[in-house]
This record gives sequence, structure tokens and C-alpha cells, in this order.
Amino acid sequence: MKSGEVKQHEPLFHITKRASVVWWKAWLVRVGAIVIALFFSAVLTVVLTGENPIEVFTSLIKGAIGTNRRIWVLFQNTAMLLCIALAVTPAFKMKFWNIGAEGQALIGAMATAACMIKLVDYISGPLLLITMFIASVAAGALWALIPALFKAKWNTNETLFTLMMNYIAIQIVSFFAGEWAVPKGSGKIGIINGNTMEGWLPAIGGKNYLFNILVVAAITVGMYVYLKYSKHGYEISVVGESQNTARYVGINVKKVIIRTMIISGALCGVAGFLLVAGADHTVTRDTIAGRGFTAIMVSWLAKFNPLYMVLTSFFIVFMERGAIQISTSCGLNNSFSEIITGILIFFIIGCEFFLNYEIKFREKEGKK
Amino acid sequence: MKKVFKVLALVLALSMVVAFAACGGNEETTAANDETTTAGEGTALDFSDIKIGFIFLHDENSTYDKNFIDAAKEATSALGLTEDQVVMYSNIAESSACYDTACDLAEDGCDIIFADSFGHEDFMIQAAKEYPDVQFCHATGTKAHTEGLSNYHNAFASIYEGRYLAGIAAGMKLNEMIAAGEITADQAKMGYVGAFTYAEVISGYSSFYLGAKSVCPTVTMDVQFTGSWYDEQAEKEAAVTLMSKDCVLISQHADSMGAPTACEAEGVPNVSYNGSTIAACPNTFIVSSRINWAPYFTYILECVAGGTEIAADWCGGIKEGSVVLTDVNEAAAAEGTQKAIDDAKAKFLDGTLKVFDTATFTMNGETLTTYMADVDTDADYTADTEAIADGYFHESEYRSAPYFDLRIDGITLLNEKF
Repeated sequence: MKSGEVKQHEPLFHITKRASVVWWKAWLVRVGAIVIALFFSAVLTVVLTGENPIEVFTSLIKGAIGTNRRIWVLFQNTAMLLCIALAVTPAFKMKFWNIGAEGQALIGAMATAACMIKLVDYISGPLLLITMFIASVAAGALWALIPALFKAKWNTNETLFTLMMNYIAIQIVSFFAGEWAVPKGSGKIGIINGNTMEGWLPAIGGKNYLFNILVVAAITVGMYVYLKYSKHGYEISVVGESQNTARYVGINVKKVIIRTMIISGALCGVAGFLLVAGADHTVTRDTIAGRGFTAIMVSWLAKFNPLYMVLTSFFIVFMERGAIQISTSCGLNNSFSEIITGILIFFIIGCEFFLNYEIKFREKEGKK
Repeated sequence: MKKVFKVLALVLALSMVVAFAACGGNEETTAANDETTTAGEGTALDFSDIKIGFIFLHDENSTYDKNFIDAAKEATSALGLTEDQVVMYSNIAESSACYDTACDLAEDGCDIIFADSFGHEDFMIQAAKEYPDVQFCHATGTKAHTEGLSNYHNAFASIYEGRYLAGIAAGMKLNEMIAAGEITADQAKMGYVGAFTYAEVISGYSSFYLGAKSVCPTVTMDVQFTGSWYDEQAEKEAAVTLMSKDCVLISQHADSMGAPTACEAEGVPNVSYNGSTIAACPNTFIVSSRINWAPYFTYILECVAGGTEIAADWCGGIKEGSVVLTDVNEAAAAEGTQKAIDDAKAKFLDGTLKVFDTATFTMNGETLTTYMADVDTDADYTADTEAIADGYFHESEYRSAPYFDLRIDGITLLNEKF
């Protein structure tokens, strides 16, 4: 917005970009926003349900971290959401709107399950696990490569394309769930290799989900370094800022798009692999459970910074886990805690806006 | 800054007030619970330190889960269990989420843990192996009798008897249409919306058909599958397809309101499932069969309180109150329907009537004398158990979940891809 020199028709207020805010002030504002959001949700809880808000918040916290097991489940779910969020990030940073993470992860999960079912008679142990891993990475990468190729060659709309690929993946899983159902006709594959535990990721120190968590922690660091310090990461930023600039400085835009989408899809495939081999040991059309879309929010909220994503994914999963407990102990429907999550996210995004911009009123013009 | 403190003080004050208000409310509900305890018939069993956990696939917005949730509330409050003794988790997916929740409940001190959806089974077994002192019960599953775990149990109901009774109501309606000259006897064709070609569905539509055939011998039936347990649009479309193929009466297995509302729109009579749909379909709803799970919940609670073993497979019937029919809608049903249903019910109770009596149906024109059913679940679908003896197919006797998967004459499957 241009600050006008013509004084006749000045609007009541206008929005200007703020100079950078000191870091501690910024964090104070953020914490303040969360406090206000919690207060607002508390009032809403009383008005709408008549429940004691302290009781509601207590069960929310208990549900997320009340017992050792719940903490492990919290970390596992955070890791899975984070993994997919990390996967979509390079594409989003490049302004390639990949909303097909759900399908890319699901096809990876499908590939993992297929290996577990069909290859178990031929190979076993670590060899099977490695094969499953390669298959899922390849499947996820392929699912992302197809829309990327079309985008690079014919400039097709990647949003629609990646979205449609989700449905194809879901139908493929539905088809095989029917084909490999146990018992016949039930449409459910059930736990694969339940007795032999072939193709199951090992429980490190007796902890089922530790392996998954460690893998995702490594990916997080790797992605941070890749985006921040590597040449690839720089190219992604430039393409995201302006494709023309990228071309001008000699970056092969098509190549960057395709390469980045392959990485994006491959990481989604890893998430599918971890979900099937490390947690569910089966595949259904709901295996990814909407994480492919929630991941986009995680990534945006963290401004595409992998380290912040640890926080945002933790926050969202914390609320989700707490939500289940609220509906159980307070007899409220799950949707109610989704409302609370919505309020919190609204306030967080709102405060980011006010940290970046300020509203200037007409009267105060010139003085403030 | 001062303003901030003012706001904070206000927040604290407000939440205190609310906290006290809510406490008052809680006391009232406990008092109400105590009353029901004394009101409940004095059983010798002591339920005071029993805790039961429930895992539901969806919440009360799904008719399937609502049926379980209502029964759980009914059974536990009738036995005088307090709110602290009953923990219910809804929206638990058929994934490791089920395993995690089951373990969570076990750690929380539950003596019994129940899950309501077919896909929960493997995850319940996984948890049952880890907590041998806790009883794990699962509805509609098939593996308890082969898994060999003393703390894992399956349950179902002989709903095929309920479907047979509902089929009688359908047959009576067809007879009324024939008598009124609306259709000829050869045009008496029913339509059925199924989910998958799964034994539970096949058993369901076959018993429904045989019920109708017992009063209307010329009846035939078309079955359209949707490939989903819950898909309102697909079920609606399947019902419309069946009506376009001249089916004059529709019934369904799938769980949504898709088929009943399609019937109401076209004025085609409908026999429903899982509960009455009379509110939405006042002109076309005839009757509905459903499973009442309260008797099973009472049974498992009594077993644990009394220290007796829970059966690996439990199949409730009409006698136990597990299989129930809703009231007949006089506006849509034929005259005398209620009486015909009551007569057949009496025959089920004294054992003189069998749904899958081999004298009443044929396969490829021949009467069956032997049939190997796939009772023990395995990936290759091996047929392992002789199910026909004494002139009838022994449904739900060798395990609680249905295993009748015969393609009997008179029923045409329009699509078998699922």
C-alpha cells in the first residue's frame, strides 16, 4: 500500500508493514494470544456446554500426557504428522501447491503392505524391511512425479492434479483391501504377519514407536540443513520467489520442480512405510487419517521452517489427543475440541498478522 | 500492562465461579445414580469395583455405533455402575489407535474392554496378549475360537432369525399387493442393498428372503452391493437401481438412511435394519430388525463379577433379548403382519422352526445334504467345517459370527465385484 500524499480522502484506517519486532516482544505477543484464546474457549465452553472449563482443560492435558503410554502415542502421532509436513514443505516453499500428500503417503503405505503380504514367502528379516522401504519410497515418489512432470511439461494445474491423485490412491487401496481381505468379503486386510512379525519394525528397548520417532527426528534435521544450507534449498527459495528471476540467474526451473516433487513424494512414502511397518501393520483407506492435509497447516504455521514444525505438529497432535479425552470424560462430542483447536489456531494466525502489520487510524496519523 | 492484570484477575475469578457451579452439578448426577442402584433388582453379585471400557468406531451420529452406545449405557446403569466405572472412547479407527486405546484402558484399571467394529479385532487380540488378566470382548469378530486366548472373546447375535421375521412382514406385503391386483404372483420381486459379499451379509439377505418365501412362495430377489459398510449416496443409488429393475419392495444391510429415504421418495415399501426409520419414512417403513447388545454387556459384567469364564463365542438370540424387532408400522404393513411374526417367533423359541431348513431352499435346483463352511478364519478361505446336519444349516453355532455364504436359488446378485 502506498501512503498517500493526497490528504482529501484518507480512509478511517490503513494497514502498514511493521518494522521487525524484538524477538522477546514477539514471543510475549504469541503467548498472550494463546492465553486470550484459552480464555475465549473457556467462556465458550461454559456458554455452549455448561461444563467446567478447568475440568475440560485438565482432561485435555491428561488425555495428551496423562500416562507414559499416552506420551509415547503423542510422540508417535507427532512424528507421523511432522514427517508428512516436512515432505510437503520443499514443494510449498517453491510455491508448488502439492495437496496430494495424503495420496502419496497412502500409496507408500500400500506398497509397504503389499511387500509384507506378497514377498514374505521369499524374503524375510532386514532384507524384507529394506525392500518395503524402497518400494514405499518409490511409490510415493512416483505419485508426486506424475503431477510434477505434467506441470513442468504442460503447466497443468498442480492443485487439482495432486488432489485427484489422492482419490486414485484411495481407490487402489480399497480395491486391494477387497482382494486380500481376511476373512473373505469383509473388505479388511487385518494385521499382516501377526504371528511371525515379519516386516514389522523392531521395538527398540521395548518401545514400539521409538524407531519411527528417531527416523523422523533425523529427517527433520536433514530437511533443515537441506533447505537452509544446500544449493538445492537455495534454488527452491528462488523458484518460489520468482520463476523469472530463477531463469535469469540460470536455474533450470523444470528440473527444480521435478526434483523437489520427487523428494516430497519420497518422504511421504517414508511416512506411509513408518505408519504400516512401525505402527498399524495393516493398510486401510484411512491409514493416513487426513494427515496429508493437516500437514499443510503444520507447514504454513511454522513458516516452512522444519524446526518450528516440531512445535506446530506437536501442538496440533496434543490438541487432537486431548480432544479424545474430553469427549470421553466430559461426554462432549469430539467436534467440541476441534472448535477449541480452531479458536487457538485462529488466534495464533491472528497474532502473526499483527506482528507483521500494524493498523494506523486516521486520527493518530502523524503522531504515533 | 495494568489492563492485562485486570483481565487475568477476571479470568481467574470467572473460572472459580464456574468451577463451583459445575461441582454442584456433579453431585446431583451421582445422587441420581445411587437411586438406580437401589432400584435395580437385587442381584447377589457385587459390581462396585468392576470397571468396563468401550471402544467405538464412530460416535452416536452413526446408527451402528449408537446402537452399541445406547446398549452400553442401558446395561451399565441397570447394574448400578457409576460414571467412574464406565469409560467410553468413540471415533477410534481400525488401526493401531485401537490397540493404543485398549492398552490405555487396561492400564486405567478396566476389567473388561469391549470394541464394536469388525476391523478392531486384530488390534484387540494384540492388546489381549499383553494384558492376560483383562477380558477383551469384541463384537462381530471371527477369531476367538481359533486364537486360543482365554481372555479374548467374540460375540454376535442370531440376527438371521430377526431378518427371517422381517422377511415374513415383507412376504405379507407382497401377498397384499398380489391380492390387490397391483402385481401378479410372478412379479413379486424384492430388492436388497448389501455392503460386501461377506458371510454376514449373505446370511442376512438369505434369511430375509426365506422369511418372505415362507409366506409368498413365488417371491424372487435381486441384490445390489455397494462395496462399503456406510455410504449414503451409494446405498441410495443401489435402491434406485433395484426399483428401476421392478423390485416392488426394498430391504438393506448397509447402515445409512440412503435406501429407506430413496424408498420413501418413490413410495416403495421398505424393511429396515438397525432400528426404526419410521420418523423419516412414515409411509413406507414396515418393520426393522436389530441387535440389542445390552444382554451381552450384562452377561460379561456378570461373568466378571461372579468370577466365571466368558464364553469364547457368544451368540444371543430371541430368547436372550438380543434379537429384537421394532413395532410394525400399521400404515405400511399388510394386515395380520404382527400376528404372523409372533407365531413364527413362538416357533423359534420352541425350536420347531429353523431359518436354514434344507427343505425350504435349493442351490442350482438341488437340495443340499452337506456343506463345508469357512468357520476358521485364514487367508486362503479354506472350507473347514461341515455345517449341515439334522436337515438344517447350523448358523452361528461353531462360532458367533455368521458363516452362511451359500448362493441359494431365487436370489440374483446384480454385481459381485465387492
